[in-house]
Amino acid sequence: MLTAKASEPSVRSKVDKTEAEGVRLPALSTKSFANPVHPGSPVRRFIKADLAKRFRLDEFLAEKLITLVAFISLATIVMIFVFVFREAAPIFSGKSVVEATTTQTEPMETYGDEYVGKSGGAANSQNQNFISVETAGAEGKASLSNLLSTTWQPVSSQPKYGIVPLVVGSLKVTLLAILFAAPIAVLAALFTSSFAPKWAKEILKPAIEVLAGFPSVVIGFFTLVTLATLLQDFFGYQFRLNAFVGGAAMSLAVIPIVYTVAEDALAAVPRYMSEASLALGATKWQTAFFVTLPAATPGVFAALLLGFGRAFGETMIVLMATGNAALLSLNFLEPVRTISATIGAEMAEVVFGDTHYTVLYFLGAILFVFTFTLNVVAEVFVRQRLLKRFRGG
Amino acid sequence: MKLRRKLLGSSIVTLTALAAFTIIGVVAFVMGTIVLGGMGTLSWEFLTSSPTEGMTAGGIFPAIAGTALLVIIMSIAGVPVGTVTAIYLSEYASQKSILARSIRFAVNTLAGVPAIVFGLFGLGFFVQFVGTGMDRFFSGGAELQWAQPNLLWASLTMALLTLPVVIVSVEEAIKTVPQDLRAASLALGATKWQTIWKVVLPNSATGILTGGILAVSRGAGEVAPILFTGAAYFLPHLPGGLSDQFMELGYHVYIMSTQSTNVDATRGIQYATTLVLLLLTFMLNFSAIFLRSRIRARQLQ
Repeated sequence: MLTAKASEPSVRSKVDKTEAEGVRLPALSTKSFANPVHPGSPVRRFIKADLAKRFRLDEFLAEKLITLVAFISLATIVMIFVFVFREAAPIFSGKSVVEATTTQTEPMETYGDEYVGKSGGAANSQNQNFISVETAGAEGKASLSNLLSTTWQPVSSQPKYGIVPLVVGSLKVTLLAILFAAPIAVLAALFTSSFAPKWAKEILKPAIEVLAGFPSVVIGFFTLVTLATLLQDFFGYQFRLNAFVGGAAMSLAVIPIVYTVAEDALAAVPRYMSEASLALGATKWQTAFFVTLPAATPGVFAALLLGFGRAFGETMIVLMATGNAALLSLNFLEPVRTISATIGAEMAEVVFGDTHYTVLYFLGAILFVFTFTLNVVAEVFVRQRLLKRFRGG
Repeated sequence: MKLRRKLLGSSIVTLTALAAFTIIGVVAFVMGTIVLGGMGTLSWEFLTSSPTEGMTAGGIFPAIAGTALLVIIMSIAGVPVGTVTAIYLSEYASQKSILARSIRFAVNTLAGVPAIVFGLFGLGFFVQFVGTGMDRFFSGGAELQWAQPNLLWASLTMALLTLPVVIVSVEEAIKTVPQDLRAASLALGATKWQTIWKVVLPNSATGILTGGILAVSRGAGEVAPILFTGAAYFLPHLPGGLSDQFMELGYHVYIMSTQSTNVDATRGIQYATTLVLLLLTFMLNFSAIFLRSRIRARQLQ
């Protein structure tokens, strides 16, 4: 603003004071002006008070309104917290007295073909009996023991809301996605920043933008109709849709994020570092791997965290490409059902307010808290440290 | 020794190049598959007619119209809010104030919230909370009009999802407006708001447009937020108002390829719908990239 920038605070306060008292400032001595105005002339003197910031209602309102609108983003985050937890709240209040006194049985081992169905939940009779005994006192209630059980079977006479297979499923797909995406994306970023000729950059950058622009439902569809069949023909495993396929598909969604953030981090490494290395006689690739990449490690780490968060929360790809059977196993070649896919597939069919609905919101709360934490860690911790390091902190 | 080191070096460089060209190859392969699969079915009639015979034949016009309505309402709600937030962050807020920093943090966080959580929020807040409140207000709760998934709630949910896209894009553009222009405007006696309205905003119009386009591209592609806030499996007619449900391209692809009774018979339709969705997001993204390169060119001047 063009206010009298109060270079001499004493003058400023004097002006304010006299104005507040309603006294017109006495004419300043003519000596202080290069172009003096004679006393008694109708020309008004140009004094400091004229330069002072005046209160304007419209400006004031504009500023307040803009601040208020800017507040919407903040409010949305808070509201997401409030409303997702509000709908999930009955879980915490309606906690049943039934506690798990026995340890869980070992994961199921054999599977038929019947669980390809949408409702999920493996029908292992032995396990089923075990769980139903355990939760007998908590019918329809999402007790803690029920939540932590190993069977997800929300639609049945004895609904079971064991979220363990879903959490494991999400982790399986996410880990695979990072495992596939990280080497490709980081190496490609290194290629761009250190080795690539100009023409290669000019193909790679748009390709990444295009990949980032693929709607997730398109990746899901491509996986469902093409990639799944290709991978099955190549590796010859039993189930067409499984955690492995889901992870491969998910890596397509993760690569652009990891690449972009990692490339930013690599480009932010000061040139004097690599130039010093080259001047000492190191080759280009030695400089890239032993100077540039280590210097950008926090940024690359942040890239992986962001990719992890994206993969964990992504819905449409896993909904279409993982087979959606809530099995608890560590085998990557079996169908899985993730947290996000469960919400996506079941929310449209539940009764508002019942236990199933509440549990789905609880799953949403888990997703939100998890991705929120990852983002905060990636943003505050890793990136800031990177900046500090380069700006000399 | 020297040869071995040279060999190692070039093989490592080749490895990174291989990673880069894997990405290019995958992108080309995905696009090729979908273009080849969809070309046969795609026609003018396909774009302009409704599904027929239990969705095993006919076109996808209602889905295209629904998507268009969704992104238009979303833009009307989201672009002004995003622009004003960007103005606040770059023109009004002092970079160290707690409010400005928490708003910036909120924008960053918002960009990382999974789409499905936005869907849950839309259902819990818009449909259940606001919708029920509106029904109670307008008809005493006797009539169920707003407290159910519909076009308005889906659009507003999507607007919140795409808010960070708009904010980031507009802020980037505002930053490229030279400080001299602002100073000149203020020196001529314009107030702060007049300067923003008459100098800063016209000079960042391209950025606002870019933000809007990117938001539309993102909004047209996301399916998870509208799964239970308004998208419908099949509707014989177009939505007549904000409280109607609608069909959407991405959702159409999803249900046609996973939920419909005869998945194999409708492969052609699925491919063609995916192709339409892909072409739509491409056109939007490339125009955004083009506009952004123009902004960056100005920045360099």
